[in-house]
Amino acid sequence: MNFLSFFVSRLGKALVVVLGVVIINFFLIRLAPGDPATVMAGEAGAGDAAYVAQLREEFGLDKPVVTQLGIYLKGVAHLDLGYSYRNHLPVLDLILDRLPATFLLMSGAFVFSIVLGVLLGVIAARTRYENRRRWIDSAVMSGALLLYATPLFWLSLMAIILFSVVLGWLPAFGMESVGAGYTGLARAQDIALHMVLPTVSLGCFFMAVYVRLTRASMLEVMGMDFVKTARAKGVPARRVIRVHVLRNALLPVITFAGIQLGQMAGGAVLTETVFSWPGIGRLMFDALLQRDYQLLLGIFFVTSALVVVFNLATDILYRFIDPRIAVGGREAAA
Amino acid sequence: MTSFLRRYCRNAGAVAGLVVLLAVVAVSFLAPLLYEESPWMMVADPLIHPFADTAYPFGTDMLGRDITAGLLYGARVSLLVGVVSTAVALVFGILIGAVAGYCGGRIDDALMRFTEFFQTIPQLAMAVVIVAIFNPSIYSIVGAISVVSWPPVARLVRGEFLTLKQREFVQAAVVIGQRPLRIILTQILPNAMSPIIVSASFMIATAILTESALSFLGLGDRNMMSWGFMIGAARTMIREAWWMSVWPGVAILLTVLAINLIGEGLNDAMNPQLRRRGE
Repeated sequence: MNFLSFFVSRLGKALVVVLGVVIINFFLIRLAPGDPATVMAGEAGAGDAAYVAQLREEFGLDKPVVTQLGIYLKGVAHLDLGYSYRNHLPVLDLILDRLPATFLLMSGAFVFSIVLGVLLGVIAARTRYENRRRWIDSAVMSGALLLYATPLFWLSLMAIILFSVVLGWLPAFGMESVGAGYTGLARAQDIALHMVLPTVSLGCFFMAVYVRLTRASMLEVMGMDFVKTARAKGVPARRVIRVHVLRNALLPVITFAGIQLGQMAGGAVLTETVFSWPGIGRLMFDALLQRDYQLLLGIFFVTSALVVVFNLATDILYRFIDPRIAVGGREAAA
Repeated sequence: MTSFLRRYCRNAGAVAGLVVLLAVVAVSFLAPLLYEESPWMMVADPLIHPFADTAYPFGTDMLGRDITAGLLYGARVSLLVGVVSTAVALVFGILIGAVAGYCGGRIDDALMRFTEFFQTIPQLAMAVVIVAIFNPSIYSIVGAISVVSWPPVARLVRGEFLTLKQREFVQAAVVIGQRPLRIILTQILPNAMSPIIVSASFMIATAILTESALSFLGLGDRNMMSWGFMIGAARTMIREAWWMSVWPGVAILLTVLAINLIGEGLNDAMNPQLRRRGE
């Protein structure tokens, strides 16, 4: 299959997922207890009959459900995600305003988790395979097991207690010092300092996943014949690991990297809530507190769309890294 | 059965996990006997430090509620939500996976697209949206967790069915004219049970983590004290009262860790060949 038809079929799949999310959103509001218009308006609109009436008309609530769905889809296709009554702003504007902060946090956590996770996974696999200093392997794996069981939001709180309250090394809340008026490099430094705790807390769980994945995959590849051949012909151990084993062992890691972003989007809600990070996760928490359902569903839609885009990117990357993989091959690897 | 137990007991971590889990289960049953008062009641001075007063070994929160009572009652909610939502997700996942794997063809294609869709969208965000829209209650929480956790089961069961379907004993059952439903239930499913049981144990652990995250965000059942809610309430008191957030977190960590260890122990005991291969 050539690249273009591969790309088109993947894009088609991605669009179907996005459409599915829109339809879920549509039905969630109608399945919720009460009139969709009052649900949409939330508690905010309870006292404002005019607003509820306006919503009713906007959504065509007197028309059949299929027509209503049509109206809704048309709105989303025009990037109209509704209006946040609480914030007096269109939902899309609110989300776009917060997106950069979330991107910053997620890309930081992504890089942190994958770099450290793969590194620790390689070290663990190597010490286990060579049967020297096996305690390193045990220590890394126990650490990963512990992180697997730790609630993300609790880890964040504990990090604040230790590094901000007790030691006073790092700022605990926000993205930059309020009112400090830093510019240029000083501002970048300030943001970087604020980023440390949220990034590490968000990345820790995923790091544990990468450690286990990399280690298992490395150990599997290490047992293969071509690795034995390489060792037998006298390739230095380091080179065997780096060139022969790691390159082949990284495929499942890349598969997971695509999946991870979806989970990370959820994790960001928790991390941003704890650290008052001004991204869409925090916005989602505020929308929950204010019962601003238009905003809530808008954020759900945007995060899903983002995940779909990232998945598409991983699929394409995957095809470049391993041309053997056909379109359906990803399931076998997952 | 005895050889299974022996293999399980060879794994020290799995045994430790089982002991911890049994303790948590015991505590959750004893909670109403040990603490007749609701954990929401203000019973003492606010912010008693842990270990300072023997009547309140884990201290009290900012409203004078007993943290020990909260921890005991929280165990009930965590276990209840973990087990029930996993059971619901299992039933649904097995149903979808069995039909897809057994029927194959277009039905399989359609069902797997459906499954993939639910696997792609961000799970926690979806759970948050569902619980918020349907108002937080134990039912909406269990429902939301089930909705986001069935897809891996469906894929697992489908895979098992695809291979088992080809085996001779299943072919034999087809030849002697057993009905598909009977073949699925009595021939294939029992042979696919061990990976399902292992993944169920990990699902319970994940469900407990998700429940705690939901109640941390204020989406817990208003009538039930839960560990996630306790940590959420402690968030604003982090400078004054570290213990309020520490203990419930340790409780979650221990419970989830114990269940994960049990899952790994079950996996080793059920697939001894895998163990010997060195993985």
